[in-house]
Amino acid sequence: MNSRQKLTLIRILISCALLAGIHFIPVNGVIKALLYLVPYLIIGYDILFKAFKGIRNLKALDECFLMAVATIGAFILGLYSGEGYEEAVAVMIFYQTGELFESYAVGKSRASISDLMEICPDHANIMGPEGSLIRKDPEDIETGTVIYIEPGERVPIDGIIEEGKTAFDLSPLTGESVPVSAGPGDEAVSGSINLKGLIAVRTTKDFSESTASKILELIEDAGSRKSRSEKFISKFARIYTPAVVLAALAVGIIPPLVSIIFGNGAEWSIWIYRALTFLVISCPCALVISIPLSFFAGLGGAGRSGILVKGSNYLETLSKVDTIALDKTGTLTKGVFDVTAIHPSDMDEDTLLHLAAHCERYSSHPIGESLKRAYENENDGCSVTDVEEISGKGVRASINGMDVLAGNEKLMDAYGIEYKECHLKGTTVHVAVNGKYAGHILISDIIKENAKSAIEDMRRKGAKKIVLLTGDNEYAANDVGSVLGIDKVYWGLMPDEKLHVMEELIKSSSSSDKKVAYAGDGINDAPVLTLSDVGIAMGAMGSDAAIEAADVVIMDDDPGKISKAMAVAKKCMRIVKENIVFAIGVKLICLILSAFGMTGMWMAIFADVGVMILAVLNSIRCMFVSSNI
Amino acid sequence: MKKNYKIDVDCANCANKMEDAAKKTPGVKDASVNYMMLKMKVEFEDEADAEAVMAEVLKNCKKVESDCNIYF
Repeated sequence: MNSRQKLTLIRILISCALLAGIHFIPVNGVIKALLYLVPYLIIGYDILFKAFKGIRNLKALDECFLMAVATIGAFILGLYSGEGYEEAVAVMIFYQTGELFESYAVGKSRASISDLMEICPDHANIMGPEGSLIRKDPEDIETGTVIYIEPGERVPIDGIIEEGKTAFDLSPLTGESVPVSAGPGDEAVSGSINLKGLIAVRTTKDFSESTASKILELIEDAGSRKSRSEKFISKFARIYTPAVVLAALAVGIIPPLVSIIFGNGAEWSIWIYRALTFLVISCPCALVISIPLSFFAGLGGAGRSGILVKGSNYLETLSKVDTIALDKTGTLTKGVFDVTAIHPSDMDEDTLLHLAAHCERYSSHPIGESLKRAYENENDGCSVTDVEEISGKGVRASINGMDVLAGNEKLMDAYGIEYKECHLKGTTVHVAVNGKYAGHILISDIIKENAKSAIEDMRRKGAKKIVLLTGDNEYAANDVGSVLGIDKVYWGLMPDEKLHVMEELIKSSSSSDKKVAYAGDGINDAPVLTLSDVGIAMGAMGSDAAIEAADVVIMDDDPGKISKAMAVAKKCMRIVKENIVFAIGVKLICLILSAFGMTGMWMAIFADVGVMILAVLNSIRCMFVSSNI
Repeated sequence: MKKNYKIDVDCANCANKMEDAAKKTPGVKDASVNYMMLKMKVEFEDEADAEAVMAEVLKNCKKVESDCNIYF
């Protein structure tokens, strides 16, 4: 608690004690009023002061003014009836308690969410003249400078490791807690935490262009892209207070006048009391605080799981996603070629892979690379000689004296070797040993392990239609589509054709409550990301182009995060709606009850503060993202 | 020209009022208050002097909410 909050708390306690004490003093009339004035002034002096200032600045309709009118009115009514002073003091006490809670709860959640976002270190170490590290402002570091990062520190600027081995904790960026080891030549992304050793990093960007700064900028800007709900609330707040004040005037004047016309007693004090009760309920605090807080907590919670949402308006859109278009390579598949099947004809799988990998010892072709990756100890004692690359066909080599051919169908045809077609889709490498067919190895882009469950989760979170947009060929596209259970596959698309398909998708989901999302890696599909209702960039860590183009940025390349983002958005919108309905509902009920005299000021302020506290607590729930969505 | 300022204010409704007050200040093209981050983002008119305009903005904000501050 800060000092102002502490002071308020002390004032609340003192006035409560005084209120209880005065209750037992047997005095009446003006002396009683004066006694109650003491706790009233202790708890409410700042409100009265602000109310006075408001009048002077011709801004009468602020809540301090209304509170002052309501409580002073109650005091004056008390002078006539001889009671009701407690009520005036209690209203002030409750009001202040509510304010205190609001500022405390918001301060707490602000701090805890901001902590999550504290990814930018405030210094960078460079080597000083005496060989010791000196701290500098990261803004002053020029691109290409070598900076040193000690264990436990965060990387301040993007760069490449020059010296030292370590492991990075990328959880501030991706939400993934498994450390990633790195050494010379590897990228050091700003915001990640250096876990093990001292490393020297040559910066490749300016501080302001680095990932961490970009993310921070994005988060800070997120609040200014306001959602429809937030705009609704600020409009509502602007109308609500004057409307309630008018209603209060009506309640205070019309019924007594009507009563006089019909020849009955005016009963002014009853109706004025009811009007004052209206003023107590006139503050829209619960709504005004809880809605932005819900969105802020939602954005914070998503950010903690490595999902950056650029504004609360996008959370709103995400919650209404009906159609999801997905890019294939890099989004659903790993985007690297890997050995996916080995079909030997008369030897074991390992031997076949062994021979094929040796043929590619000197090759830098992607296919050769993937074979070498699949057979880990390629550089063993075997002799590989007479390597001959047959362009467009494959490789011929002598391995431990055996004449080995490895390549496509054309190579087999050229040497008159009979081969078997593979029943699986992908690139096939046939192998022949000493002129005899030995089998084949299938290489294809592999689907990410969790892609299938990711698609299922998207459906569970409300996606009715999931389509695949890819520039890849028919076979590869349909293969992925059928394995993952995708509704429609668009293959062989050029970038402008992707745009065209996206236009069609947006047109066909004409209803404003059905939004189209697009998820891609953001490198060559930026226009599609921009065109879609909500563009999701995958694997954006270190790529600021993607961060620019997208509305939602998923830091790692986990397709499961798409449904997670949808889940966060849905939860957040549900809580926002709960708060709107609950807060407006309770206020309306209070207004109606007090118009009919069924509830007094006590109840009114109690309901008002209670709603605010519950709504704030409900909002904070948005921050917690379930890990098993 | 856009600039970000740190602000101090105690309630969400007051933050909304500050936003309105800032928007109406001459020399300000657009303003947006982020209550949760306690930041005010101000877009100035082209030839405006940021310091002078912000002094006015603060004065106007103080009128609607005496308990606020803008650090510039």
